[in-house]
Amino acid sequence: MSSRTPFYFAIAALIVVGLFTSWNRHAQNGIPLLPDYDREVWEVEARIEFTALDRPVLASLALPETNQPGFRLIREASSSPDFGMTYQQTPYGRRAEWSKRTAVGEQTLFYRAQFLVDPTNQDLPPPVLPLAAPKLNLIGPERLAAESLKEAAFERSSNALSFGRELVKLLNDPNNQNRALLRSRYSQLNVLSTLLTETQISNRLVGVLSLEDGRRRQPIEGMLQLWTGAEWLLFDPSTQQFSALGQVLVWDASIGSLLDVNGGRSSRVSFSMISQDVTPTEAVASVNQASEPWNLSIHSLPLEQQAMFKTIMLIPVGALIVAFLRIMVGLKTSGTFMPILIAMAFVQTELKVGIIGLVVIVGVGLIIRGYLSRLNLLLVARISAVIIAVILMISSFAVLAYHLNLSQGLSITLFPMIILAWTIERMSILWEEDGWREVARQSAGSLFTAVIVYLAMTNDVIRYLSFNFIGLQLVILAFILMLGNYTGYRLSELTRFYPLGGKS
Amino acid sequence: MQWTKFANPSQLKHRHVLGMNERNIHFIGRYNQRHLYPLVDNKLLTKNIAEKAHLKAPELIGVITTQADIKVIHELVSNGDGFVLKPAQGSGGKGILVISSQEDGLFIKPSGGSLTATDIERHISNTIAGLFSLGGRSDAVIVERLIECDPLFNRYSFEGVPDIRVIVFKGYPVMAMVRLSTKESDGKANLHQGAVGVGLDLATGRALQAVQFDEVITHHPDTNAALNELQIPNWREILCLASQAYEMTQLGYLGTDIVIDAQDGPMVLELNARPGLAIQIANGLGLKQRLKHIEKLQQPFYYPTFEQRVDYAMNSLSALK
Repeated sequence: MSSRTPFYFAIAALIVVGLFTSWNRHAQNGIPLLPDYDREVWEVEARIEFTALDRPVLASLALPETNQPGFRLIREASSSPDFGMTYQQTPYGRRAEWSKRTAVGEQTLFYRAQFLVDPTNQDLPPPVLPLAAPKLNLIGPERLAAESLKEAAFERSSNALSFGRELVKLLNDPNNQNRALLRSRYSQLNVLSTLLTETQISNRLVGVLSLEDGRRRQPIEGMLQLWTGAEWLLFDPSTQQFSALGQVLVWDASIGSLLDVNGGRSSRVSFSMISQDVTPTEAVASVNQASEPWNLSIHSLPLEQQAMFKTIMLIPVGALIVAFLRIMVGLKTSGTFMPILIAMAFVQTELKVGIIGLVVIVGVGLIIRGYLSRLNLLLVARISAVIIAVILMISSFAVLAYHLNLSQGLSITLFPMIILAWTIERMSILWEEDGWREVARQSAGSLFTAVIVYLAMTNDVIRYLSFNFIGLQLVILAFILMLGNYTGYRLSELTRFYPLGGKS
Repeated sequence: MQWTKFANPSQLKHRHVLGMNERNIHFIGRYNQRHLYPLVDNKLLTKNIAEKAHLKAPELIGVITTQADIKVIHELVSNGDGFVLKPAQGSGGKGILVISSQEDGLFIKPSGGSLTATDIERHISNTIAGLFSLGGRSDAVIVERLIECDPLFNRYSFEGVPDIRVIVFKGYPVMAMVRLSTKESDGKANLHQGAVGVGLDLATGRALQAVQFDEVITHHPDTNAALNELQIPNWREILCLASQAYEMTQLGYLGTDIVIDAQDGPMVLELNARPGLAIQIANGLGLKQRLKHIEKLQQPFYYPTFEQRVDYAMNSLSALK
């Protein structure tokens, strides 16, 4: 038996190095040790991809306004090898332009902006009319339809906002023939905008980004902004409601298009975002540092990858919890790390929907599996059948949830389906071999573990620390190694061996 | 199990109770080399080495390794006798199917339930596909002759054949119990399924105490036989058989399962590289004291033979309480 000393030394070294690098990051880069919501910064990255055609290339991307309700632009930067890049102020808003004499093949350009969350930044000058010419040129019967819609809405309204609401109502009325005529050719947003402009109500069509921490490959959503005379309200076509700006960033308020590419085809743009807690000066410093070639931290990666790591860095926390519950408490779970995967699904679906969805899927899955076992199938085929049954179940739940207007129900698709199928298979065997008691015990253990892991993964402080101080992962590793060395009793053994310890 | 009652950890330590974590790190991790595991995890390999070591084991009727060969089972058992199907790489008794007799093309389980030929084929198919093996690896099915319960045990066992579990540490038998199946355990000898565990005195093979579901009992729940009168016959022979498993496998921490056949006497049924800890409850005694004693034992240049080790266990270890 080799000496344990180097092992303990390694554990101590891991803890020291982990804490030191974390402290260093705090002291050098000014990352606060705990999340600080007064200094919340959204970092948003646009990723432009297109195929260049061996011609001069000009790519132009609409940029967000530097000042908008609730946000202030504190820093922007672009990364685009070999491209010339300028910021253009056009009458319709700012644009970034990349140009190059010749380019061939796949091109990727990045634009990154940091917005400081600033609730005080609400005062914006009223827009000057006309903001834009009417979007649509309506003639003939369409003009008549438009006039009659405007008239009807005007009759029933008293101000800009109520006029807008009445218009939306009319445009949603399936029995209204005027609406049917217009909607057969034009999108609701375009019709709405045109009618509002013709009535001298300031409005504009905007591209909006919903801010959600760690989102990747997010598209821009088209919405409409309406000036009530005092503030901008946002009309969201998915809810059909006018509301104040919430966790959304108006990216594109230009009349033109979001992205123009000359000399290329198959162009597309997608957005990634993460939220950070740093002061503006520190944010600038870290962006500068990130562009240094020797910076090897994951904070130097493109935002899309960073957003991914924000989730990945939570897995060790889950592993630590699972190790603790199994080694110290002695909880029985079905599948060692299945609870972590379930917890990650819970993070996406939210807890209540997640638990209900999981219980329903596994429950119905067990019934289906019970039938399959009578069919006398080969194992691999049977598990494949269970996978398909799970997928069918998940899709029908999603459809059902959609038609019942339970938008959360749609997130049920985020469950790891193959893992679920295996879980169902194993539970079913367990049921046959050891009875429902054991199934109930292991399911309860797994669910309990998953909920604990979920609570940890959604905890703001843990999320913040695990991503911003990568050094702490070494500390977690050290704790897991220490757990692996624990030879004491498990909590469950104290009851199991109670008959042995009770008398002396 | 009463979840409300917690033992004091220092009390358990005082009673030398071995916990799961310590078993894994100090005994299994330290004395069982990983490359030797297949010898016990694969029952076919176990059978081979047992044969080489001239240890008695249940008679092998046949092996089925591919889905195409499943129908062979009907030829193998065409004599109409009882038989046992086992996955070669199953763990924890999973996938073992005992058929006590055949009647009119039906296969009768010890509990009286009957299976059709299709049921048997499906069980074999599942086993080969890896349903009972660790990690779902494809597996083989072992067909063995049914062990006939020694009439001596008839009073003590419901349906199944009792099996004697001996923990063998560095070749020394350190603790033993016999597992008696009950109605509740469906003829199986697994303690967590409701079989009765009876701790055995290492020196004599006499019952010490009995437990079911971790609770002390005095009589068999189905046959009502007084369990304290239980005495295993040929005790020294059984310990010798168990202790030879050490030479056979070179595994330092080993659970040996032995059954007594009415005709052929004691034979090695199965070996286990990760034997459970319930034996401590059946004996009302912690394992650690005896394990530590063997660990500290000064060994001569030539390692003691199995007979010397069994004598040592019967004379000295049994006194450690």
